[in-house]
Amino acid sequence: MIDRTIRLDRSWSWRSFFFQWEWLLVLIFIAINILNSFLSPYYLDVDTFVSMPMTFLDKAFIVLPMTMVIILGNIDISVGSTVALSAVVMAVSFNAGLPMPLALVLCLVVGSVCGLINGLLMTRFRELSSVIVTLSTMIIYRGIAYIILENQASGKFPTWYSTLGWGSVGGIPIMVIAFAVCAVVFGLLLHRTSFGRRIYAMGSNLTASRYSGVKTGSIIIIVSVLTGLMAGVTALFLSSRMGSTRPNVAQGYELDVIAMVVLGGVSTAGGKGRIGGPLLAIFIIGFLNYGLGLVNIQAQDLLIVVGLLLIVSVLVLNVGFLDRKKRPVSPTRGEKEIQEEDL
Amino acid sequence: MRREFSRIVRIVGFVAVALTVIGFMAACAKPVSKDYAIVFKNTGNPYGDKQMSGFKAGIEEQGFKAILQAPAQPTAEAQIQIIESLISQKVAAICIVGNDFDALQPVLTKAKTAGIKVFSLDSAVNPASRLTHVNQADSAKIGSTLVEAAFDMSGGAGDIAILSATSQASNQNLWIDYMKKDLQDPKYAKLNLVKIAYGDDIRDKSVSEAEGLLQSFPKLKVIIAPTTVGIAAAGKVLTDKKLQGKVFLTGLGLPSEMATYIENGACPYMFLWNPIDVGYLGAYTGTALVKGTITGAVGDKFKAGRLGDYTITKAADGGTEVLLGPPFKFDKTNIEDWKTVY
Repeated sequence: MIDRTIRLDRSWSWRSFFFQWEWLLVLIFIAINILNSFLSPYYLDVDTFVSMPMTFLDKAFIVLPMTMVIILGNIDISVGSTVALSAVVMAVSFNAGLPMPLALVLCLVVGSVCGLINGLLMTRFRELSSVIVTLSTMIIYRGIAYIILENQASGKFPTWYSTLGWGSVGGIPIMVIAFAVCAVVFGLLLHRTSFGRRIYAMGSNLTASRYSGVKTGSIIIIVSVLTGLMAGVTALFLSSRMGSTRPNVAQGYELDVIAMVVLGGVSTAGGKGRIGGPLLAIFIIGFLNYGLGLVNIQAQDLLIVVGLLLIVSVLVLNVGFLDRKKRPVSPTRGEKEIQEEDL
Repeated sequence: MRREFSRIVRIVGFVAVALTVIGFMAACAKPVSKDYAIVFKNTGNPYGDKQMSGFKAGIEEQGFKAILQAPAQPTAEAQIQIIESLISQKVAAICIVGNDFDALQPVLTKAKTAGIKVFSLDSAVNPASRLTHVNQADSAKIGSTLVEAAFDMSGGAGDIAILSATSQASNQNLWIDYMKKDLQDPKYAKLNLVKIAYGDDIRDKSVSEAEGLLQSFPKLKVIIAPTTVGIAAAGKVLTDKKLQGKVFLTGLGLPSEMATYIENGACPYMFLWNPIDVGYLGAYTGTALVKGTITGAVGDKFKAGRLGDYTITKAADGGTEVLLGPPFKFDKTNIEDWKTVY
């Protein structure tokens, strides 16, 4: 049990340990690797394993805070636009004469401000759902990016900047290292701090949390800012890999990210899920895409495979295979049956 | 009972996932050899399909294997991912139809370092990321031909608009630049270019952009659409609104898609080269680069199968290119013969 703090009612057993959603993801992950290496002679290759994560890790940074957002029972579909706006502001300010290091900081600041605005709107106008708030800001942020750059590309970054997305230290890509650090930080935040426990509490029952003295508003704002910040990080790596940026970058990233979180076993109803699931899901979807790409499956077929994987996994989760929470027990049932149900 | 049911659902679920994945992979797994890959802008583009089929034919008649790839969205980031996987497959050459002039440079440089011959086709990438470029026709010629057509259709004066692909499509942008340059000519002083709209080569976006042009500029006389998706969308809009004879359409279109609109008068005439031949020329450029017959330098000569001999020339962007030939005019007199060809 990783997070025994929130599931005090469960005793540890081998069966419950192995019947976790994360184990199923590990199995899927192994299966995908076996299939890929079986089908393409180029799959089991150091070069492949070094370049593969680079094709999807840029958006993986957003998966971390998105896990928190979804555990809260909210959703954020403005992240793709936030990436575009931060990248565009960075490129334009650099070309207007701002030194590159400052432009990088500005990129993160713009991302965080976008997140802050989302958070403020959500807490200020509680009657608006997070979908509505982020739907509007999704359009607004992308719109601002288009106003700034007007359908053009901007780039000409210094050459050292491209090492961020393409370079490696000691054989490990810089992006992988950066992602590992962020993943550990977010894992600790969610599972080892009172901040994390409050997120789960709010996701399970917002009203009860508020009456228990949880400052729900500030938690929502902090999570939103973190989401914006990580969207800024994504913008840094994406622009570095592209060598230039346009207002239409990162289109559809929000859905890719949400798909990874949901496949990771995080319930869209809120309150359930752990960081490990989405982490595995990032690599499952990423490796699957890359592996199928290696055998030259067409783009539209790839979409179908990922869609099927997603819907089946959500189905399996919801028919109760790995239902971690106790269902309300009817008084007529015997104790033995309850334990079985609990598995 | 309920638990039995959920157990069945779970088993069925796993089997479904496993079978789907295995099925897709097995269906698409192919034996491996030194392959030639072409990466088009996006899927679902009939012009791209023709181009890729020409490339495939050219590669296969020389006894090699062709890989045809295109991302679901017309973006550079999606093409980067495809190119990464082609590098892992150690293909012999990559022929890229670029979604962005500069953004593919890092990944294409990586491909070149891995020993892969990289060249662009149709829509160029910057000279630093390619060995050469296979161009359909002289870009200046395309620009002046289209402006001349607009001059002719408008009767010499009036508002004209351009409906292009994406704002980053380098071939369209080059033609538009030449059109703008041509419009400076005193002969065209009364032609007024009111807007350049971008339909992104997506059908519904092109339709709404065309409708937007008609709404915003009621005096519009000619729409120039230098892209096959855009011109077909504009043709449909003009036909639906019964504007034949009031607003004229010209540009670059596929005869098979445009036959209706040429016959009903929405588009008096338009131009194109044969996209199959563009792909075919690309195939022979690729094999010549791999064999070492050419290096991509100005003056290199090679034979491109049934198309005959070609020479590499200097391109306007500072790199080199191979030109297929002049654009071909389609009108009411010949569309009947061509609409079944491509």
